[in-house]
Amino acid sequence: MSALLEIDKLSLEFRTRSGIVRALENVSLQLPEGGSLGLVGESGSGKSVLSFAVLGIQDAAATITGGTIRFAGTDLLADGGSAMKTMRGRELAMIFQNPRVALNPIRQVGRQIEDVLLRHTALRGAAARARAIECLADVRIPDPERRYSAYPFELSGGMCQRVMIAIALACKPRLLIADEPTTGLDVTTQAAIMRLIRDLGREKGMATLLITHDLGLARDFCDKLAVMHAGHIVEVGPTETLFRTPAHPYTAQLVRATPVGQERLENLASIPGNLPDLRRGDLPPCRFSERCELRSPACATPLPNLVVSPGHLVGCHHPQARSSP
Amino acid sequence: MHSVWQKRLQTLRYVVGENPLSLAAFLLFAAFVLLALVGPAIAPFDALASNVGAPLSPPSLAHWFGTDSLGRDILSRVIIATRLDLGIAVAAVGISCILGGLAGAFAGYFGGWTDRIVGRLSDTIMAFPLFVLAMGIVAALGNTVANIVIATAIINLPFYIRVARAESGVLRNAGFVEAARLAGNGEVRLLFHHIIPNILPPMTVQISLNMGWAILNAAGLSFIGLGVRPPDAEWGIMVAEGAQYIVSGEWWIALFPGAVLMLAVFCFNLLGDSLRDLVDPRRRT
Amino acid sequence: MLTTILKRLLGAIPNLIGVVVVTFLLTRALPGDPAAFFAGGAGTAEAVEEIRKKLGLDKSLPEQFIVYVRDLARGDWGMSHATGQPVLTELTTRLPASLELTLAALLLAVIIAIPLGILAATRPGSWVDHLCRGIATAGVSLPTFFTGLLLAYIFYFLLGWAPAPLGRLDPYLSAPPLVTGFYLIDSLIARDFPVFVGALKQLILPTITLALFVLAPLARMTRASMLGVLSADFIRTARASGLAPRTVLFSYAFRNALLPVMTTLGMVFSFLLGSNVLVEKVFAWPGIGSFAIEALVASDYAPVQGFVLSMALLYVLLNLSIDIAYGFVDPRMKIEN
Repeated sequence: MSALLEIDKLSLEFRTRSGIVRALENVSLQLPEGGSLGLVGESGSGKSVLSFAVLGIQDAAATITGGTIRFAGTDLLADGGSAMKTMRGRELAMIFQNPRVALNPIRQVGRQIEDVLLRHTALRGAAARARAIECLADVRIPDPERRYSAYPFELSGGMCQRVMIAIALACKPRLLIADEPTTGLDVTTQAAIMRLIRDLGREKGMATLLITHDLGLARDFCDKLAVMHAGHIVEVGPTETLFRTPAHPYTAQLVRATPVGQERLENLASIPGNLPDLRRGDLPPCRFSERCELRSPACATPLPNLVVSPGHLVGCHHPQARSSP
Repeated sequence: MHSVWQKRLQTLRYVVGENPLSLAAFLLFAAFVLLALVGPAIAPFDALASNVGAPLSPPSLAHWFGTDSLGRDILSRVIIATRLDLGIAVAAVGISCILGGLAGAFAGYFGGWTDRIVGRLSDTIMAFPLFVLAMGIVAALGNTVANIVIATAIINLPFYIRVARAESGVLRNAGFVEAARLAGNGEVRLLFHHIIPNILPPMTVQISLNMGWAILNAAGLSFIGLGVRPPDAEWGIMVAEGAQYIVSGEWWIALFPGAVLMLAVFCFNLLGDSLRDLVDPRRRT
Repeated sequence: MLTTILKRLLGAIPNLIGVVVVTFLLTRALPGDPAAFFAGGAGTAEAVEEIRKKLGLDKSLPEQFIVYVRDLARGDWGMSHATGQPVLTELTTRLPASLELTLAALLLAVIIAIPLGILAATRPGSWVDHLCRGIATAGVSLPTFFTGLLLAYIFYFLLGWAPAPLGRLDPYLSAPPLVTGFYLIDSLIARDFPVFVGALKQLILPTITLALFVLAPLARMTRASMLGVLSADFIRTARASGLAPRTVLFSYAFRNALLPVMTTLGMVFSFLLGSNVLVEKVFAWPGIGSFAIEALVASDYAPVQGFVLSMALLYVLLNLSIDIAYGFVDPRMKIEN
């Protein structure tokens, strides 16, 4: 089965005044049609940069220095991203964190949905308006006709996130990227939003890429997980496998730091050290090695890409013993 | 503390490196200050003496900037005027900064009625087109240089009130002020020992941003015949004296004082921008 | 909407009161004894006393203030000694000249500054950006009276492209029949094209002079505000939904960036009305600015005070309209009080 989204050895740099930040290095990922993949890692690990690169909305200071991104067989980076420009918003869509500031503050939310419809579909006038109201109803917004003319400041955070989902799904995309969609929302709203994303994904057969620092959230939601650390994907595998038998020491620590069920806070582990400075010229091949308990001289040699079990890959010289199948 | 200064120095080097104009502005500023201090000693001619050269003679080796209708040397007059022009601006901005800073600090710190009164005062001044208000003040108080200073100071007040009020409003609840309050310091002591010293950096930036504008206002007032009286040398009035000769082609009478005035204002504005970048890099625009 | 406008109107009242109080205080701060001044040097003590009574100066300050406000409301703004006309009449006949110049300058400045600011913000570090920053700093450093002279020298004396910097119309042309008082509009209404062209020619240099000065704060603000908005989250959302770059730039970024620019407009008007006085003097423009200067030079105080008051009222009015317009552009203003 060929993947819907296929990222192969993608590298990306930021040119800043204080040096070149190698934000992504040799990142590879696959996401099948209708699947759900969780991209997890600490803040600053490059999750959002990766998703922005997929949509071609990365910062102007960012340069893709290598690798490919293919969507449904099309090379998104070819011709300066011309394919991406026609697909984004229609075939691939994205929702963001802090929904209250992620919507245009001085435009009625219905109009913001209509803008997308006018751009990507043949709908015009009253038909576009009707479809925009339908989109609002789709994301379970009560009284959509009235909400059409609401401004974001008149809605709650959860409502704004629903609107953003409505914008993203207006053209029935095949892939939805959700970048920390519950950050900035109340706990009760968080669950409702995640359920909505999952239900809509199933209804419409849409693949989902969930970006989060919350491993527990990713566990509830995704079939597969990819763990990112300092611009590398260190481990990919089916969610339950990764939780039960993490192969990378970083994943193992992340899992130990994630509360499951009613676990007490004291029992949670914390991960020592910080992300390395990605501007350094002497970054080791394994960017985790400096905070790793298992470090050995081998860690200074190029990283392997070991297949632990089918679909479970790890980039580490010392995969955890327990992880062998 | 050491590292703070090191960082400042680094930023300074960065600001200058990024924008060589700020270095030029600083040198120019030094030159203007020097002219204001020793102007009379280095002016080649007596600035008030008539007929040191033939009237209305264009720039020449003897008179680099030419002479005016009374045969006075324009270069000497431009040099002499530096002290008066900068003096008016410095005095006005100084008064305005001290009064506005105090009023703003009190308003921000005590809030309530103090704040409302100061705010209303500032709003009332801002309800006028400022240059027009300055004209009205000079007209009412009398046509003297001192009143130009007062008028310029008044129209500058709101800017200092605003900065000081905002800063002291924030500082009032800062941790170190709270700590000093718990240590038993009185409110007035807190204000003068803890709040005001800390609003000085943003006030300094405001001063340098306002200085150019103050010079422009003062020169504008004398251009329309307020304040400085002939035969005193002042850039604005010199441009006014040269204005009638422009249409008959004697450009130098107005051009040189005008150009120097422009240069001085430009220099202060550049300096203000650089200083702001230095103190508050976030506000770079 | 109506309540919003009403609220704005009420909000302008304290400023209005402030303006009237200040202008009143300015009339009482006349150098020396106003009564003695109006009586003239040869006035006897009785004559001075009589004038004091006539002017109401023997009353208490609050009483004088009430009289002052009552006179203002009745349209009695005093007499101009130089022209022998009521100040209000003088001001209203000259106001259109000043307004035509001011508005033309504002229009020109906005037409140049806003695209410049947008271009600079969308291409940071490019030559447009450097040009914009250069203009922003150089522009506010221009003494308008000097740039005006310089332009007159270059375009009138040296090149001969512009007419003599003397007023609104060549002396051999006669003013169009009065409708709005704006020569450009009135001449078009009268279909008098030579007058239109003549008025336009006279208007160009002073307009450019004024526009150069106010262009700077506008361009600077547009650029800064555009830069801020372009890095906002909602712009990222708009780009991620694949909206056309034009839509993102104009319907999304620019409309939001406009809000802080509108707030700056108040300051810009303050600059404009002030510089207007200087430019009117340079170009012998028969507006209220040159009227005030003539009165100032002649120590004729009533017109000067009338001028300050009318400018302040105009300015309060302009700020009020900006406020109301802001309420229309920003839906968030509706619920705020």
